[in-house]
Amino acid sequence: MANDIAVGKGEPGCKKIDPILVADNVTRQFGGLTAVNVEHLEIPRGKITALIGPNGAGKTTLFNLLTGFDKPNTGAWSFEGKNLAGVSSYKVARRGMIRTFQLTKSLSAMTVIENMRLGAQKQRGENFFSSLFRFLWKGEEALITQTADDLLKRFKLNEKREDYAGSLSGGQRKLLEMARALMGKPTLIMLDEPMAGVNPALTQSLLEHIKGLKANGTTVLFVEHNMHMVRHISDWVIVMAEGRVVAEGEPSVVMKDQAVIDAYLGAHHDTDLGTMKKGK
Amino acid sequence: MDLMLTLQLAIGELFSPLTAAYILCAIGLSVHFGFTGLLNFGQAAFAAVGAYGMAIGVLTLKLPLLGAMGFALLCVVAFALFLGIPTLRLRADYLAIVTIAAAEVFRYLMSTSGFAEVTGGSNGLSQFGYEFYTWNPVPKAEYNLGLFTWTEEQVWLRLVAFSAVAVSAILVSLMMKSPWGRVLKGIREDEDAVRSLGKNVFFYKLQSLIIGGLFAGLGGIVFVISMSNVQPSTWVTTFTFMIWTVLLLGGAATILGPIAGGMLFFVLLTLTNELLAGLVAIGWLPFLDQPQVAQIRFILIGLALMLLVIFRPQGIFGNKKELRFNG
Repeated sequence: MANDIAVGKGEPGCKKIDPILVADNVTRQFGGLTAVNVEHLEIPRGKITALIGPNGAGKTTLFNLLTGFDKPNTGAWSFEGKNLAGVSSYKVARRGMIRTFQLTKSLSAMTVIENMRLGAQKQRGENFFSSLFRFLWKGEEALITQTADDLLKRFKLNEKREDYAGSLSGGQRKLLEMARALMGKPTLIMLDEPMAGVNPALTQSLLEHIKGLKANGTTVLFVEHNMHMVRHISDWVIVMAEGRVVAEGEPSVVMKDQAVIDAYLGAHHDTDLGTMKKGK
Repeated sequence: MDLMLTLQLAIGELFSPLTAAYILCAIGLSVHFGFTGLLNFGQAAFAAVGAYGMAIGVLTLKLPLLGAMGFALLCVVAFALFLGIPTLRLRADYLAIVTIAAAEVFRYLMSTSGFAEVTGGSNGLSQFGYEFYTWNPVPKAEYNLGLFTWTEEQVWLRLVAFSAVAVSAILVSLMMKSPWGRVLKGIREDEDAVRSLGKNVFFYKLQSLIIGGLFAGLGGIVFVISMSNVQPSTWVTTFTFMIWTVLLLGGAATILGPIAGGMLFFVLLTLTNELLAGLVAIGWLPFLDQPQVAQIRFILIGLALMLLVIFRPQGIFGNKKELRFNG
């Protein structure tokens, strides 16, 4: 089968033709429990990669480690060829690797548009001394607002522009968080369960939007339990279980892998439950 | 009971330089708590550092008054760095513990006899503010403003104190309407979210601590210039809690809140004091005597603060959606 992502066959820890993120020997222990134990992992550039696995497999912990929100016991990783291990979380974001959270972190007492504006990076007005002189950052602010409004429209949040983020529903907060992350113009966006709680009517447009990100050259890495989404949009699937990478490959191949079915999908994963394909 | 005199005293509080000093401290606390979410329970120490910095600058370092004020503000910055660098990486609660302890440590350091040559020990310092009145451009006269008669010195002191309040409020308003202020509000809501967007949260919190501290330092300076002495016993925890009451009364995340809160607070404080004293004097409150009245009003303040936090956490000016007391 043709494969334009990996060098050779898809297997755990396989080399990629053009990796954007390369991790080696990353381990994280909580007391006696080894939450993450990844020997080698490469994320392909410009593709949509899904990270799946049962609860407690270490997906979110791996996200936290890679983005500097948690410290590993051992390990090294590099992003675009430059070391990223031990770099603070805010610097990780500045380098172009922006994440969202499984439990959404919308800033409730700020309006939706202010949430969005905060996402833009390298703002001149965020320097204390220039903040006092409006003329220094007025122009930039208008540009940021323009970008933010465009994104809000695409995520169908434009009607909520002036509402407090705290008044949004769970699904809308997910959307806001994703849109806010995009304000930072990431080269790699890491989405932790982007579909959880999002209304099915919006799912389709969100999927299209993620595909659109790829078309613009953004690399996407996401954790998701929604197999429909995984199958529909991902180019590559990485399966974790008990902290390790147990399988890797193209979605059609991986989902037939007996080890994956046993560990995660279950025997009836392919059976259509009747709801999945509605609205297509 | 002289109602007219009571009213006059109460209204006098509106224009008292001490009210201005508390308002300045509350403006600083609004930057800390209202906008950034930093729980600072040692605002008295920031004011005290400003006050002692200026007095020591004049008396020990022989600086001119303006230079001593600059020195005082530098001391405040150093104090903020000293407190902030070890604690701001930790959870918010740690800052609360450290600030309240540091405020007490600083007060004891100032009152100990070991440093009395510089700090004046428990007697404090005085005679450092003469130069302030030599700058007075107000012509020498008695100024009759209906309710009050002020000397030119009293007019000058009030002008300076309330100009400082106005300038500080305008500065905070500019800061909070800017992208810089937006980062602070983001930190108040969720630090990790702001971190994930590429902002150096620790550095912003440190900036907030310094800037809020500077307003308190200025408040301390106004306080001791108007008292024309600095006493270690001024900067007790009660001082800090009065600032908190002023802030929460007006609204923690507002610009006008600290000003309105400060004025209202001191008017009410004086009114309750005078009214209670008056009622005791004419025998309507037989279970109280005069010395108890001064204590009772602080019980009432405590009660008011509790009721405020429970029933109107956003304060007078606050927007309920924007800020709840959730520290």
